[in-house]
Amino acid sequence: MRLNNKVALITGAATGDRDGRKGIGGACAWLFAREGAKVIVTDINDTLGKQTVKQMQADNLDTVYLHLDVTREPDWTQAIKAVIAKHGRIDVLVNCGGDADGAAFPVEGTTRQAWDRMMDIHAKGPLLGMKHAIPHMQKQGGGSIVNVSSMHGIVGSFTVTAYQAAKGASRILSKAAAIQYAKDNIRVNSVHPGYTITPLTESMFTDPDIHDDRIREVPLGRMARAEEIANAILYLASDESSYVTGAELVVDGGVIAQ
Amino acid sequence: MRLDGKVALITGAANAVPGEMMGLGGATAWLFAREGASVVIADINQKEGQRSVAALREDGHNALFVKLDVSSEPGWQAVVKATVAEFGRLDVLVNNAGVGILATVEETTVELWDAHMDTHAKGAFLGSKHAIPHMRKQGGGSIVNISSIHGLTGSPTLAAYHAAKGAVRIFTKAAAIQYAKENIRVNSVHPGYVMTPMTEPGFSIPEVMKAVMSRIPLARLGTPDEIANAILYLASDESSYVTGSELVVDGGVIAQ
Repeated sequence: MRLNNKVALITGAATGDRDGRKGIGGACAWLFAREGAKVIVTDINDTLGKQTVKQMQADNLDTVYLHLDVTREPDWTQAIKAVIAKHGRIDVLVNCGGDADGAAFPVEGTTRQAWDRMMDIHAKGPLLGMKHAIPHMQKQGGGSIVNVSSMHGIVGSFTVTAYQAAKGASRILSKAAAIQYAKDNIRVNSVHPGYTITPLTESMFTDPDIHDDRIREVPLGRMARAEEIANAILYLASDESSYVTGAELVVDGGVIAQ
Repeated sequence: MRLDGKVALITGAANAVPGEMMGLGGATAWLFAREGASVVIADINQKEGQRSVAALREDGHNALFVKLDVSSEPGWQAVVKATVAEFGRLDVLVNNAGVGILATVEETTVELWDAHMDTHAKGAFLGSKHAIPHMRKQGGGSIVNISSIHGLTGSPTLAAYHAAKGAVRIFTKAAAIQYAKENIRVNSVHPGYVMTPMTEPGFSIPEVMKAVMSRIPLARLGTPDEIANAILYLASDESSYVTGSELVVDGGVIAQ
């Protein structure tokens, strides 16, 4: 198993309904647990998070749920404390929690509130997670942090200004942390998904007009499944990527290679 | 197993004898074989290639050696034909064969330039050209081109190598876009400083090693196995939505 006995905390992981469509965090939780990890599912949606964990436990997977608003430092302090109390270590941190609600505007239509919210979730969230996980990873002799950015953290688009800026921040924040903690054998990388059908994007991407419009941009001619993004995160989380740090892995069906 | 039933052709993989120093291609051949693939080693070095294939077979793996100069189009036609004749299909192509001679712009002769462009860029081009028709017939495939961090950034001591690896990087994206509709994925891997039979002479010079190490945040050289793991991810169906991407495996060098 590729993550045998590793302790992994994943944010935004509530969307892991066994039989339904999964989000990236939820797909990650299942994949990691099946690869032998002890998984801490965290989210702000407690109902969904608890349901995911219950289903995973029913499959004999080692997992617990913790409430975590990634924008709140006290939440991070508590979550990491709980992980260390239970498992004594933290090997993998996946900063996956995110959404683009209220951010689908060009520069002029972007409100300060939308800007702050996107920056809080996508940039401050990963910063706080790393800040509180790194001291433990240093003590253990290493760890792997995967920040889920977006292809829209690399190239521009006509909408989602604040989301793009925040995902761009997450991209470079990953490189800064990678350089700063490489000496401690803590690796930090970013994953850049393209158009992925998740519970969050389903209603938008199944609208025929939006769907066709997006698909025209995708050389592979289809949208991604969350499991395809989870596979990239698994590679970066595992020891297989032991020489990879400060790198960005684009999983977008070829969109930004054009 | 992550490549169960797949047939993979790897160039520059002759250094794959256990107990001896392996190159990136050699380490990839073993990893692929252990993950269930049938492996074709294509290399200009017949003697080493045949020893490597014998070792793979002795360990119970399907393996074939074909002599190949990657810059020769008839050579490519023959190796692809031999692969399909032996194993019935071609799922994965790894364009790994390489050459690297230290020379600045002014020191680079036209012959040296051509040798780099032929091996890296023309090699990847010809391999793709002759593998793609088979992948198309099968409903898809994965091509992994080995570029380098030197295909992304410059350095004080190389010129032709940079240009050739840069060509490989963008050729990869062109092929990715052109054949995505046929489910043929094309990606590049960008190793940093890795100890291999090719780089060993350079890295055994203390001043070179010191200069190199000072640039690596992870503070050590990479191993061929670590590069092979990246190639495996891109070769396997786990990366089914990854195409036109570049995967850097460099211990943090170019993130600085």
